[in-house]
Amino acid sequence: MAGDGPLAVLRVQVTADDHAQGPATAPVTLVEYGDYECPHCGHAYPIVKEVQKQLGTQLRFVFRNFPLGEAHPHAQHAAEAAEAAADQGRFWEMHDLLFERQRALDDAHLTQYARSLGLDEGRFQAALTGHDFAARVRRDFTGGVRSGVNGTPTFFINGVRHDDSWDVATLVSAVRAAIEAA
Amino acid sequence: MSEFRGRPVILAFYPADWSPVCGDQMALYNEILSEFKRFDAELLGVSVDGIWCHLAFAADRHLHFPLLADFEPKGAVARQYGVYREQDGTTERALFVIDADGIVRWSYVSPVGVNPGADGILRALETLTTEAAHGR
Repeated sequence: MAGDGPLAVLRVQVTADDHAQGPATAPVTLVEYGDYECPHCGHAYPIVKEVQKQLGTQLRFVFRNFPLGEAHPHAQHAAEAAEAAADQGRFWEMHDLLFERQRALDDAHLTQYARSLGLDEGRFQAALTGHDFAARVRRDFTGGVRSGVNGTPTFFINGVRHDDSWDVATLVSAVRAAIEAA
Repeated sequence: MSEFRGRPVILAFYPADWSPVCGDQMALYNEILSEFKRFDAELLGVSVDGIWCHLAFAADRHLHFPLLADFEPKGAVARQYGVYREQDGTTERALFVIDADGIVRWSYVSPVGVNPGADGILRALETLTTEAAHGR
């Protein structure tokens, strides 16, 4: 077994259960494992938007949860809040709000965001207090660990971990290279 | 190390405390301790940082596993495992999975700038468990 090093490939395939933007038939799928309270992920948020804008229908973007709860006390609850919003068909709106307000992720703010998105507040609240989506978040997290996620954000391009930097130019050219290879 | 006989031990050498990224190697392992515990495995972090540095780092990052100070004589443990970097005065980023009998069953040396994550460790622990179940 010696030398059998970590293989940095996505071990959990993208399915209909995932939160995705862009066509399922796109030649390239970019998967991000992220944490709503991680400042690096906050930094990556507008970068991903720009990459999506530049690549249009060539790209499908998938977000999976990787909350580092020991480092970021609100990350787990924020992830559950996004899943609770997804349950009401508003995942991406909540995802965006959380990254745009990532310094204000306590429960009072999460409730406020749910309200501003017009979610059924009682249902949202119940999901949050009952930790209805904790298992889902954990499933994302363990799948990430098994795929070699080694911090946040970690990106996979067509299933291969992107170990390079993730500025717009680098990500776009990495995705373009994957389109060529597809 | 002999005090850990009877259960698997994960020895994680890393270059230094206070790495400036979210979810650095030790912080990542801290988040997935429960996965290691499923295999009854004990995780030990090792670097050449001194004990006070380790205590401050562990407190700041809320680490729930021990950090060993390979500080005096510097790098002695790392040398025993062949993962000391003379030119840098730090250890490699190296992982060892040691079985219940104290035998190294898996090891991996990562490029020093690359956090190796935890999937290799988990696969090694799974292999140990499977082999034990089959009365290897």
